[in-house]
Amino acid sequence: MALTREHDLHKRRAGRNLGVLVVLLAFVALVFGLTIAKMQRGESMQGFDHTYRVDMDPDTVIPGAAGTQPEGASE
Amino acid sequence: MTDLRADIAGHENTGDAGFRDYLQLLKPRVMSLVVFTALVGLVVAPVRLHPIESLAAIIFIALGAGASGALNMWWDADIDRVMRRTAKRPVPAGMVQPGEALGLGATLSALSVVMLWLATNLLAAALLAFTIFFYAVVYTMWLKRSTPQNIVIGGASGAFPPMIGWVAATGSISVEAVLMFLVIFMWTPPHFWALALFMNSDYEKAKVPMLTVTHGRRSTRNHILVYTLLLAPVALVAAFTSIGGPIYFAVSLVLNLLFVIGAFRLWTRREEAAEADKYAAEKRFFALSLAYLFLHFAAFAVEATPWADAFSNYLGWEAVTWR
Repeated sequence: MALTREHDLHKRRAGRNLGVLVVLLAFVALVFGLTIAKMQRGESMQGFDHTYRVDMDPDTVIPGAAGTQPEGASE
Repeated sequence: MTDLRADIAGHENTGDAGFRDYLQLLKPRVMSLVVFTALVGLVVAPVRLHPIESLAAIIFIALGAGASGALNMWWDADIDRVMRRTAKRPVPAGMVQPGEALGLGATLSALSVVMLWLATNLLAAALLAFTIFFYAVVYTMWLKRSTPQNIVIGGASGAFPPMIGWVAATGSISVEAVLMFLVIFMWTPPHFWALALFMNSDYEKAKVPMLTVTHGRRSTRNHILVYTLLLAPVALVAAFTSIGGPIYFAVSLVLNLLFVIGAFRLWTRREEAAEADKYAAEKRFFALSLAYLFLHFAAFAVEATPWADAFSNYLGWEAVTWR
């Protein structure tokens, strides 16, 4: 048995490498597509900068901000 | 060089698996069922995801199911080697090393859960993690070798995918998601016990305590009938929720009627008659069980279309609100 490129072992390795390549490329494409989809939907992306931002906290009312009223203003 | 040649010659089928062997580790046939039921869970949900998000959700749910399949093959290699049905799986066949199956299963489990979380939401990812844990640890490592009720409880892992699909879209669990879960959960015992009736020798050889092995075929036939009778109302009641409708009701009614008749036939069969016709009725019932599940979920999907909506309105069919 000669150890040539045509050996079944080489074919299997080549097939495996090609399969892994296709899977990795598909994964990259999927993550890229997901990123675009989430950006299009306008989901918050500031949350990942490790810095607390008052304007992103739904429990915090910023005086004078659009859509907010000082406490007791409606009474 | 001679040594290397000898090494390669001696390992023609070991340690250097092709891509297809790794794919086989993920149980592609089980994955196809998972893809189908999870897709239906997504489609029937009242919230629409972006198509890419839906695609990602389906892929990662399927990947999680595949990962648990690889973990199952790693743990069960000794059983698989003995059983004729599973002897050609990559680990018992020597194509993939057990450690590779474990590594692949563990890595894909973590990857699928984290990616499903990023693609959809935390609850869906947590459910997927629980499903993998349930199949790999609770069913494979614990129940399968210790109790004849193994597939009853273990069947839950196969029932989660449509619920995960629903939760991926809506972010919460509702009656509809629970009913889809219950349909698969209650369907699993009669399905697998029908298989066990005509594959009994395989389980016996592997010392897997299937009901047919521990309690005999008579008891298994009784159990099949009871679970089939319990399954029918669960499947039918789904017709009156937001995922059901008149089309689903008609399909479910016919299928449940056939399924109950089939189970009743198996119940009345004597072993001599079954052996004489090589378990023909049991094999027919098993085939019917496959069609039963597929057509139920196909009917759910059909009910999610605008045409089905129009048809329901025409008939004046109203879903009960369970929220």
